[in-house]
Amino acid sequence: MDNKYDVIVIGAGMSGLAAGIRLAMFGKKVCIVEKHIITGGLNSYYTRSKRDFDVGLHAMTNFVEKGTRKRPLTKLLKQLRIPYDSLELEQQKNSLIHFPDFKLKFNNDFELLLSQISEYFPHEVDGFNKFVEYINEYNEVALDNKTFMAKDVARKFLKDEYLIEMIFCPLLIYGSAWEDDMDFSQFVIMFKSIYLEGFCRPKGGVRTIINLLLNKLEESGCELKFRSEVKNIIKKDGKVKGVVLKKGDILYADKVISSMGHPETIKVLCEEDDLDKETQNNDQRMPKVGPLSFCESIVCLDMKPSQFGIDDTIVFYNNSSQYHYQKPKDLYDNRSAVVCFPNNFTNDDLEEGIARVTFMANYNKWHELEKPLYKEHKSKVLCDSLEIIQSIYEDFSPQVTFSDVFTPTTIKKYTGHFDGTVYGSTDKLRDGKTKTEGLFLCGTDQGFLGIVGSMLSGISMANLHGLME
Amino acid sequence: MTAQEVRQVVVDIIADIAIDDDVTTIDDATPLREQLDLDSMDFLDIVMELKKRHKVEVPQEDYPELATMSGCVQYLTPKFQ
Ligand SMILES: Cc1cc2nc3c(=O)[nH]c(=O)nc-3n(C[C@H](O)[C@H](O)[C@H](O)COP(=O)(O)OP(=O)(O)OC[C@H]3O[C@@H](n4cnc5c(N)ncnc54)[C@H](O)[C@@H]3O)c2cc1C
Repeated sequence: MDNKYDVIVIGAGMSGLAAGIRLAMFGKKVCIVEKHIITGGLNSYYTRSKRDFDVGLHAMTNFVEKGTRKRPLTKLLKQLRIPYDSLELEQQKNSLIHFPDFKLKFNNDFELLLSQISEYFPHEVDGFNKFVEYINEYNEVALDNKTFMAKDVARKFLKDEYLIEMIFCPLLIYGSAWEDDMDFSQFVIMFKSIYLEGFCRPKGGVRTIINLLLNKLEESGCELKFRSEVKNIIKKDGKVKGVVLKKGDILYADKVISSMGHPETIKVLCEEDDLDKETQNNDQRMPKVGPLSFCESIVCLDMKPSQFGIDDTIVFYNNSSQYHYQKPKDLYDNRSAVVCFPNNFTNDDLEEGIARVTFMANYNKWHELEKPLYKEHKSKVLCDSLEIIQSIYEDFSPQVTFSDVFTPTTIKKYTGHFDGTVYGSTDKLRDGKTKTEGLFLCGTDQGFLGIVGSMLSGISMANLHGLME
Repeated sequence: MTAQEVRQVVVDIIADIAIDDDVTTIDDATPLREQLDLDSMDFLDIVMELKKRHKVEVPQEDYPELATMSGCVQYLTPKFQ
């Protein structure tokens, strides 16, 4: 039967592609089903007025030099048989945690952050060093780690809440599904990937990563079906049987690995006998929908940021001593932002100057807006973005040649994630196992996220549940 | 297959897995893990590649036999006959 597979992978984002490659590489008959017409998911790309943009790439985390052993980046490249050099990585110049009273610089050399802390928080140097030692020794990727909150741990080492807020800020906005805090394992993952390893960018941006994955996918013989939205995942007697696509086809497999998200996956799970019924009763408790989503302005400039004297790569801006990492009550929260200058990596391969400004945003509020209002508020986001840049540097607005804004509803539309959530549900499934035999999660809601994290998630779930039987 | 040929089979597989490592300098007596960027996941890959390319199966309890190159050759050569 040609609609019978060893494994069906739902979603052709970073995690689904990586899982598909691993499984097919060792002879499994695999099909990836993707609802969109292109790959990449949250980390995809698009074209507007002949310009190519990345959706979810400020920077790739986890930078290490070629040949560095046993680190996430080199591990994942090895598992996918992708040579390090093919990414043509450029390192960040430097990044900035920008609070009103202090500005902490960091780059891919951890010494810089240490020296900044000893300059501005000399009373915390000892505590910080001990904290780093503790972090270094913690096994953050053990699949049986319990969930406990990171700020409680940080407070055992650090007394100054201002410093704690500053250290947490980049880690929260780049990877916490929780508001104002994060699970300690996730904290350690983020701490290592951002402060101890660092930021880089593949030449050509996200397309470079995706093309490398697609080449591997083709080599491995994995099938990939676009425009194939999964309407239902079928189970019988507690075991997964396959998937029903929206266009009507049914594909069978005893194993299904889903990167849709935890609540999104459980929502479409259905007893085989109930398939034709109007209402399908799903007795499972619904996992929580992740609260955090973003809106982002992308502006093109007729000058490079360096011509304004800016050499920062990413700025984590916050306007008070406390960082509010929460779903905003209003459309978006302009008290804090991430400002990214993709030009400011060691080698700038972009034709124009680009600035990206990200705010936390509330999906429901954006979703409620009627079209004219929606447009109006998008322009407000753009104004606020330029204002933040102005407050950090100088007025950029005369230099803007093109701009685009995307919101949580854009994210929902293209990735299917409920409420446009970016870091997924707070109900993670570390070992990937759902209550249904043969149905596994990979990607964001398994617990590893970001570009590097989601690929590692796909690899480890494929290894664990698909290859090691 | 001669022992030398079996060694080459293993070297070829390792070269494809430890893609950025130099496999021409492997010392046969020293554990592979100490010389190359290989972890337990990669050993699983070596075993799976042996099966995929040469239909040679290595049961899990025998994985320790593959710790060094000379161990690999000694353990695998009879399986290639
Ligand atoms: C604005 C933004 C900026 C970001 N910046 C960075 C960054 O700078 N660095 C970094 O490392 N990470 C960044 N990220 C995060 C990173 O992009 C994600 O963590 C990662 O891509 C998640 O991959 P995934 O495979 O887990 O999920 P996804 O990418 O969401 O993949 C899920 C896939 O499943 C498909 N799908 C969903 N439902 C169905 C269905 N019913 N049937 C079929 N297919 C379905 C979706 O279309 C999608 O392709 C950013 C994200 C965003 C949104």
